Amino acid sequence: MPANGEVPAIRVEEVDKIFGNDADRVVALNRVSVAIEENEFFTLLGPSGCGKTTLLRLIAGFEQPTAGRILLQDDDITRLAPYDRPVNTVFQNYALFPHMTVEQNIAFALEMLEKPAAEIDQTVTDMLRLVRMEQLRDRRVDQISGGQQQRVALARALAPHPRVLLLDEPLSALDYKLRKDMQIELKRLQHETGITFIFVTHDQEEALTMSDRVAVMNDGNILQVGPPHEIYDHPSERFVADFIGDTNFLPADIIERGGDAVSCRLESGEVLAVPAGVDLPDHDRVTLAIRPEQVTLCETAGDATLQGTLQDAVYIGTDTHYRIRLADDSLFTARVQNARGRAQLFESGDRLGIRLDPEHVQLLKD
Amino acid sequence: MAVARQKPFVIRHMPGFPTLAIVCFFALYMPLVPLVIYSFNAGNNIALWEGISFRWYVAAWDNELVKAAAVRSLVVASFASFFATILATMAALGTTRTRAYRGQTTIYALINQPLMVPEIVTAVALLILFAMIKEATGYHGYAYLIIAHTAFCIPFAYLPIRARLEGMDKTLETAAADLYARPWPTFRRVTLPLMLPGIFAGAMLAFVISLDDVVITEFVKSAGQDTLPTYMLGQLRRVITPEINAISSVLLLISVILVTLIFFLSRNKTA
Ligand SMILES: Nc1ncnc2c1ncn2[C@@H]1O[C@H](COP(=O)(O)OP(=O)(O)OP(=O)(O)O)[C@@H](O)[C@H]1O
Ligand SMILES: [Mg+2]
Repeated sequence: MPANGEVPAIRVEEVDKIFGNDADRVVALNRVSVAIEENEFFTLLGPSGCGKTTLLRLIAGFEQPTAGRILLQDDDITRLAPYDRPVNTVFQNYALFPHMTVEQNIAFALEMLEKPAAEIDQTVTDMLRLVRMEQLRDRRVDQISGGQQQRVALARALAPHPRVLLLDEPLSALDYKLRKDMQIELKRLQHETGITFIFVTHDQEEALTMSDRVAVMNDGNILQVGPPHEIYDHPSERFVADFIGDTNFLPADIIERGGDAVSCRLESGEVLAVPAGVDLPDHDRVTLAIRPEQVTLCETAGDATLQGTLQDAVYIGTDTHYRIRLADDSLFTARVQNARGRAQLFESGDRLGIRLDPEHVQLLKD
Repeated sequence: MAVARQKPFVIRHMPGFPTLAIVCFFALYMPLVPLVIYSFNAGNNIALWEGISFRWYVAAWDNELVKAAAVRSLVVASFASFFATILATMAALGTTRTRAYRGQTTIYALINQPLMVPEIVTAVALLILFAMIKEATGYHGYAYLIIAHTAFCIPFAYLPIRARLEGMDKTLETAAADLYARPWPTFRRVTLPLMLPGIFAGAMLAFVISLDDVVITEFVKSAGQDTLPTYMLGQLRRVITPEINAISSVLLLISVILVTLIFFLSRNKTA
């Protein structure tokens, strides 16, 4: 729920982070700017090594940026030590103190902040209730399960009521079922506490289902920031479209620029009119991105946009994936939801047509 | 793709391994057996068995010289292991909890120097140095022994402490800082409690090493400052009775107990 005139919770301004020097220089972040709103569930999504953890560590204060500023609301916190920032982290390996009990772990930050004993006790009780762990209060942290440790790590980080909570792939060590439960749990916690969450993942499905907004990163850059549906439906560039969900990429040339629409000729010869994007490139070489589920298949007919031969069909329960060989020999994937009692519409080798809705064709700069 | 299944290398299955292992253990522990047995000898000879008795333990216990030497040994070992452990703890923190710096390897080597320099060389060097200081100050007390023992005990205390610190998950300290702990509370509440088993192990190892030392003590001690090992060395020049066996057996027992404790403390207790 971005911008309603409020000051953003976190602003990252033109931040560079360079590790090492000269020969073995690594540019982990390259001119990164992003604003994260109050009370937002914000996700950093990107492949391994793209700089997600580095950005989180800069916000937490474990590293200093090489250039740029980080603001917490209106305060410049770029040079503050971690213990001076009202920002807490849930670590990927949880980093619970093994020599302390669940209670002592959760109380740690409050003791460091020199809160009165009665208040600490009350907060610990509240936190244990929040993460549903009341009965394990006196247990040693090495005597509880991974999922329970996860909850303790959350409770520990939430106990001092930070302004921002940072979560670095907190669910990656959990099995599928527990992971799904914790996703719901995290959303609930964020809702109940009203704390801004910055969440790191390289799982696109997780990012899309949980976030208010997602930032897609690659190679030290933030490529696109927006709500999940926008990122999914209108990827700004090929990498984003490719990283989030499956996409068919069709190379094309612009042959005519109208007002609202442009005509493109595909490699396979067909001409297609698509809505003009906001920033149309100057050059004529473009790529059209089409989601596999946003097409319809038909028995070769005149109104189909593309023609092809069915290579194979893969049944995956809810859907069937059809791989179609186009005239230029490239493969196009279409996903069709399975109707009851009728698993497969076409047989391998069938000629068939692919109908595209121009609204669902995304024009990408090449 | 057929990969030839390679037999994993297991040393236990190498030819001759069991024999070699038995020979090694035999060489290590065989000499201790008669030592301990003859400490219970009723006769006066260390090689002629004349029946079982505790008389030499009683004799050692009643021997004022032995008692004085034993007390001296314990005092020197206590002080030396205490100081050595403090210094070793600081050295271990300084070599594991800092950003990588130039000369780190050199410092590591320097800390472990007593393990590499022949003991006799250190002994002679200390003898000469302390002689000069004694000349200048006129002080002849125990401080020399304690300083010398502290010096050669440092690497023995350092190694287990360093191993413990290196095995510790560093994100725990990061997490403490994240949870508003400044450097000193982080050390006191997180680092120190977690490195404590290493510190105990280091202190005990230093204690055993100090207790057993002969060469350096022999060179550094002033007249009348015999520790138990140097007292025993002195006895060898006279008539040897099984009293030596009795004292040795007690020392052996103490060492075994301490080393067993060290073993349990430095064992990684991760579930
Ligand atoms: N302390 C460091 N010293 C040198 N290079 C580093 C350091 N930390 C990170 N890097 C480099 O910076 C880049 C970004 O790393 P980062 O850990 O932020 O990636 P990530 O997006 O979190 O990846 P993953 O999904 O694998 O956790 C990588 O190329 C990494 O090798
Ligand atoms: Mg990471």
